[in-house]
Amino acid sequence: MRFLRMKPGHGEVLIAEGDVEVREDEERLVEEFRRQLDAGMWAAIPLQGSAGRRTAQLARSFADVPRDADRVIFFPRAAGGR
Amino acid sequence: MLLALAATALVVLALLWEVVAGPLREQVARCRARRATAPAPDYDPGRERRAEARARTLLKSCVGEEEWAMYRDLGFIRVWGGEPERPGQQTGAGAPYAYLIYPHKPILAYLPQTARLLNEYCVEFPDETRPYGSARLPDSDDVLAKWMALTGDERRLIETANLHLPGRQLDPRHVKRDLWRLRQWERERERLGGEAHRGGQVPAS
Repeated sequence: MRFLRMKPGHGEVLIAEGDVEVREDEERLVEEFRRQLDAGMWAAIPLQGSAGRRTAQLARSFADVPRDADRVIFFPRAAGGR
Repeated sequence: MLLALAATALVVLALLWEVVAGPLREQVARCRARRATAPAPDYDPGRERRAEARARTLLKSCVGEEEWAMYRDLGFIRVWGGEPERPGQQTGAGAPYAYLIYPHKPILAYLPQTARLLNEYCVEFPDETRPYGSARLPDSDDVLAKWMALTGDERRLIETANLHLPGRQLDPRHVKRDLWRLRQWERERERLGGEAHRGGQVPAS
């Protein structure tokens, strides 16, 4: 599983990766996940829906992330614009 | 006489200096402070282009083939509304409303059947860490963030956004034209898809 973060002036950056089946990796991913949410990020997992339709799932905790997800994308939390 | 004039001129200059020196010193100090606290990062157009290219690749890998082609060809993505009108009522494929996602512009809700514009939802994704002096994501990242938030949790995004009537930021004539372009684009894809199907070929993406 890879954690990507969108950054201004850069595009996405790989911030963590690991195998969720390996305990140390999973703990590291959980910690990084929390850190990103605490820093004001939203986490989304791109999904392949039924009939090939693509959607995304927003995760509020690491437990919401499907175990077989290939990547989690972090992006700045939405705010009301002008 | 000359001596008296010179003395008067000196006095006038000294008085003027007293008046001007204070504000001048303040101005210089303000300029120095501005430079010291907010170093303007060098604008690098190459970096911005590379960021946008990376963002486009990510967008392409996340959205469906049709959405990607729509963004590539038209510059926006349509997302069908998924919120049931009443609890328990599923809109599904016959969604009565849809959104247009433009980069760094409000999300526009409209009725596909009549092309009536409903609302503008103004939403931003500011990165306050400002890694390169700007809080603004590349265009395609902004579109992807809106797409993920809309398809992932439409209600949460819409509740966060500032709601405005259509026409506040997006020119309704421009949007109507985009909807017309979208219809033409879909017809063309259908036609090409039909031809490829009859010829036993896969349509080029």
